[in-house]
Amino acid sequence: MATTTATLTAGAPRGRGVGRFASRTVFYLAVAMFTLFAALPFYVMLITAFKRNPDLFDPAANPFWFSQPPTLDHIRLLFTDTLFVRWLLNSFMVGGLVVVITLLLAVPAAYSLARLAGSWGEVLGIGIFLTYLVPPTLLFLPFAKVIAALGLQNSIWALVIAYPTFTVPFCTWLMMGFFKGIPKDIEEQAMVDGYTRLQAFVRAVLPLAVPGILTIVVFAFTLSTSEFVYALTFVQDSAQKTVSIGVPTELVRGDVFRWGPLLAGALIASIPVAVLYTFFIDHFVAGLTAVAGE
Amino acid sequence: MSVQAPAAAERARARAERDYARREAMLAIGMLAPAVVFILLLVGVPFGLAIYYSLHDVTTGGTEVRWVGLRHFAELVRDRVFLRSLSNTLLFTATTLVAVLVLSTVLAELLMRDFRGKWVVRFLILLPWTAPVALGLIGWLWMLDSVFSPIDWLLRQVGLLGQRGAPLGALPNLYWLGDPVLAKVSIVLVNVWRILPLATVIVLAGLNSIPRDVIEQTRIDRAGYFRRLFDITLPMLSPILLVAVLFTFVFTFSDMIAIFILTRGGPANMTQTLASHAFFTGILGGNLGRGAAIALFLLPVLAGVSALLLRLIRRSEVT
Repeated sequence: MATTTATLTAGAPRGRGVGRFASRTVFYLAVAMFTLFAALPFYVMLITAFKRNPDLFDPAANPFWFSQPPTLDHIRLLFTDTLFVRWLLNSFMVGGLVVVITLLLAVPAAYSLARLAGSWGEVLGIGIFLTYLVPPTLLFLPFAKVIAALGLQNSIWALVIAYPTFTVPFCTWLMMGFFKGIPKDIEEQAMVDGYTRLQAFVRAVLPLAVPGILTIVVFAFTLSTSEFVYALTFVQDSAQKTVSIGVPTELVRGDVFRWGPLLAGALIASIPVAVLYTFFIDHFVAGLTAVAGE
Repeated sequence: MSVQAPAAAERARARAERDYARREAMLAIGMLAPAVVFILLLVGVPFGLAIYYSLHDVTTGGTEVRWVGLRHFAELVRDRVFLRSLSNTLLFTATTLVAVLVLSTVLAELLMRDFRGKWVVRFLILLPWTAPVALGLIGWLWMLDSVFSPIDWLLRQVGLLGQRGAPLGALPNLYWLGDPVLAKVSIVLVNVWRILPLATVIVLAGLNSIPRDVIEQTRIDRAGYFRRLFDITLPMLSPILLVAVLFTFVFTFSDMIAIFILTRGGPANMTQTLASHAFFTGILGGNLGRGAAIALFLLPVLAGVSALLLRLIRRSEVT
């Protein structure tokens, strides 16, 4: 009995060493598989965007590396021979205006719900959040008629008024959480000092809410630049498209794919949005999970 | 006099308090109203119109609106493409859900550990969710191309495809988006690819909220990995897993972007979903009434999900 325990304990470290090596290998292998699954389409876009056409359109050539020296032709075509730059500017314009509208509507509403509306605040806040879950695919047909009635079809202004329908609910909900995290004493002290509630909000609370405001700026912007369904439905004029619909609809004409510029454009427009989003994704998820209680 | 003064002061203070409360209430309404009015107008009106249109004949170009009652719905029930859209929507959502649930739990467990270069891995793993979906899908359009598909190239290199007697056939390509079964597989694959990062970050948030000492205690008790997983981790994770399920559901169920970019509902409407069928009928076909009726089928399920979400909130507030 004593000998078995002795051999077991003696054997354990080496066994654990081998075991640890094996489990680490499995661990890195698993991480690598997941990373490959997520990033492979983007990697292939990157390589293909710099491939020469004879290399690109050769089914026998390695699609994961260059068989001929890389070229900037597709990028040049994208910037000179398509409306890509225009679409980028449109996306920035729509994103910027949506951010402004979202801030003007969501920040005061969130403060009102978090501090002034009492027990109604939570219920109303959840009600507003639920409108974020109403998908564009349920609303886009009648919405197209509303847009036409307003005379905004085929213009980026259609998107400027449509996108706040999902950014405002989501950002109000996020911002409510931020305001709740600011101690009430801040305004109370400011009001004792002679500020009105509104002044206290503007001068004492808003400066402390800057991280929250920055978060909703990023989300209003990234959600706007990524949106597809409304843009596809409301805008047919090539020069008015955003990058998210311009690239997939204008660089594919019927069965003719301009693969080089198409993949280059998709990649170039994706990366900045993705970088911005990655920094703030934890806040995004905190907003989603907060609905189900802490 | 000396008795009245405090009473008057009392009254004055009560009035001041009433005024203050009234001002606060006005301010509450004033700050909330713009957002609520905006949402009511631009979500509420289209929502009401969606129901109205589904009961009328409306076209994109024309101005004439004619009451048809439940005719759109009666026709839909006999429409083979609609029925296939409905079953596809359920099929795609269910399979995506199961795959995302399993994979996100595994991936979140992996990402709980620290390792060198984790921030790069994290950025890459999040890419499918953080990049604009329509643009990321263009990468997949190339990956699944009928002639140049890099996946097919890889399969040909390892001898699984394109030779006589190869397990996947002698043809040089699999025609991912042209074959009815493979097209469906592709849609589910792309859905999983897209939602997995979001679900993983949700599960990670849940894992991080499990108290460390609970895990430490099970380590000391020498509970095995699976024992720990099924007895401790999963039960404690279940509320947050439900959140991941709900959002996966909402985002997959109502999606038409993958269909629009990859298959356009093809081949021969085999991959059509409710949302994409509503788009092709309502916008490209110009039949708004019928399109609205199709889209309305999204509503009961989404309402059910929202109700579930609300019950979840109430339960977590009780405890």
